[in-house]
Amino acid sequence: MTVVAQTAGQGPRATARRLAGALHRRPRLRLALLLTAPLLWLAVLYLGSLAVLFVSAFWTTDSFTSEVVKVWSADNFHTLFTTPVYRQVILRSVGVALAVTALCVVIAFPVAFYTARVARPRWRPLLVVAILTPLWASYLVKVYAWRLILSQGGLCDWMLEPLGLSGPGFGLPATVLTLTYLWLPYMILPVHTALAQFPANLLDASADLGARPGRTFRSVVAPMVLPSVAAGSIFTFSLSLGDYITVQIVGGKTQLIGNLVYSNIELDLPMAAALGTVPVVVIVLYLLAMRRTGALSSI
Amino acid sequence: MQLSRTARIALRAAAALGFAVIYVPLLLVLVNSLNPDRSASWPPPGLTTHWWSVAWHNSGARAALWTSVEAGLGATAIALVLGTLVAFAVARHRFFGRDAISFVVVLPIALPGIVTGIALNSAFSTVLEPLGVGLGLFTVVVGHATFCIVVVFNNVAARLRRTSGSYEEAAADLGAHTFRAFADITFPLVRSALFAGGLLAFALSFDEIVVTTFTAGPGVETLPIWIFDNMTRPQQAPVVNVVAAVLVLLSVVPIYIAQRLSADTATGSRV
Repeated sequence: MTVVAQTAGQGPRATARRLAGALHRRPRLRLALLLTAPLLWLAVLYLGSLAVLFVSAFWTTDSFTSEVVKVWSADNFHTLFTTPVYRQVILRSVGVALAVTALCVVIAFPVAFYTARVARPRWRPLLVVAILTPLWASYLVKVYAWRLILSQGGLCDWMLEPLGLSGPGFGLPATVLTLTYLWLPYMILPVHTALAQFPANLLDASADLGARPGRTFRSVVAPMVLPSVAAGSIFTFSLSLGDYITVQIVGGKTQLIGNLVYSNIELDLPMAAALGTVPVVVIVLYLLAMRRTGALSSI
Repeated sequence: MQLSRTARIALRAAAALGFAVIYVPLLLVLVNSLNPDRSASWPPPGLTTHWWSVAWHNSGARAALWTSVEAGLGATAIALVLGTLVAFAVARHRFFGRDAISFVVVLPIALPGIVTGIALNSAFSTVLEPLGVGLGLFTVVVGHATFCIVVVFNNVAARLRRTSGSYEEAAADLGAHTFRAFADITFPLVRSALFAGGLLAFALSFDEIVVTTFTAGPGVETLPIWIFDNMTRPQQAPVVNVVAAVLVLLSVVPIYIAQRLSADTATGSRV
């Protein structure tokens, strides 16, 4: 105490000490100082921009002047649900996202089962790194790689030629394939973790009770790994749903929601905003559905 | 579960196929950068390093790389500060709306990039343009930082959750004031988490294309934008091939650093 009394009021060190003491006694002040800058950024700048965007979905664009008319109306949403093209594209986008997710599950399971339970324990950490590595490679470069593979006379055509077949070319199948490739690690990793932590004695018990491996898989392994599959599917589903770059590169003339949003931005921002709410609403619904499987706690 | 011999062999084959599917495209990009031909037909007619030297002197790609590095460093710096602040608030305090904050932090990366992109774009043009500030590198940094905060937050918050506050309390009992305890105790504890979060944030920003498209002003071209613009031009194909190959090779660097980092924290985290 005497030390404090002697140093009090001397130079910057004492000031720092007084300030520290003041902060220490006031946890609310500390909290306010911690949160002010991040909340200004995230709540005001980011959520504010989002809110304005979604409000503008209820405005309209004057078709003569291309000026935004700030009159409240649900016209855009009416157009959205009654125009066949829009309906088709929305359904196609959700279909692509579901197909990508299903493909990822089908590919991820054997790979994760091998890396988690069949491979020698010494090799397992290395295999996990091998799964993670492509995530650091550029998104655009990976899509470009598939453009090279699927282009005319490319690797895919070359491999299928002896069989008398040709590759799918650019289009919807190419888009699904490329998106599956992009998001596959996000599915393998949680499934790997779940399988690696799987208690071995449950498998033994199932075998003791007479179940064959197929039955054990269906009745014991699958239900316990489901939350991790759901967690992985949140990534594969929502990343596929919002994508519009991959479609532009390997999709040929295919259109997904993202492309519709993109093509409306210049001429009709309110319509683009209304279209943009579709993936957001679908993703939120998907998150709510997945929460019931306990997926959110295992991300 | 006793797998039969056939099941083991089948799983091994399936996994081998899976890893082949993961790595063949990346290897193809590397081989294709040596392709003397402008077309992507397989197999390449020969191998040459000619395009590597052409790409080295390509001013557009170089300028774009530099812009990407600048944007990445700026966004990482902002994300490190803001992400750490939120992580400390959420991990060390209890308050109303704590769960909501963790949610808001994740939102920018959970929503489709195009939604975040147009939201920021219209906000910038309504707020900044009257002030005479147009879109430019600055707005790219702001956009990137917004979705980079979450990775720093996740890393630091996870570290704080695992280290209890008793170290700081012990320091306070020994006479250290708040700042002293932070500098001597808390900061060394979270340092490697900050580094890992910063690395992820930089990688995320370096790779971003959608938000960049909507927040970059005219003349601001990051490397992903440059690749995207030149990808469909047959004239530029060889240079794009080399840039793509360089990016594949560079992706090994963060993995190496991450491995070193986790080795360090495994041995050095015992305070």
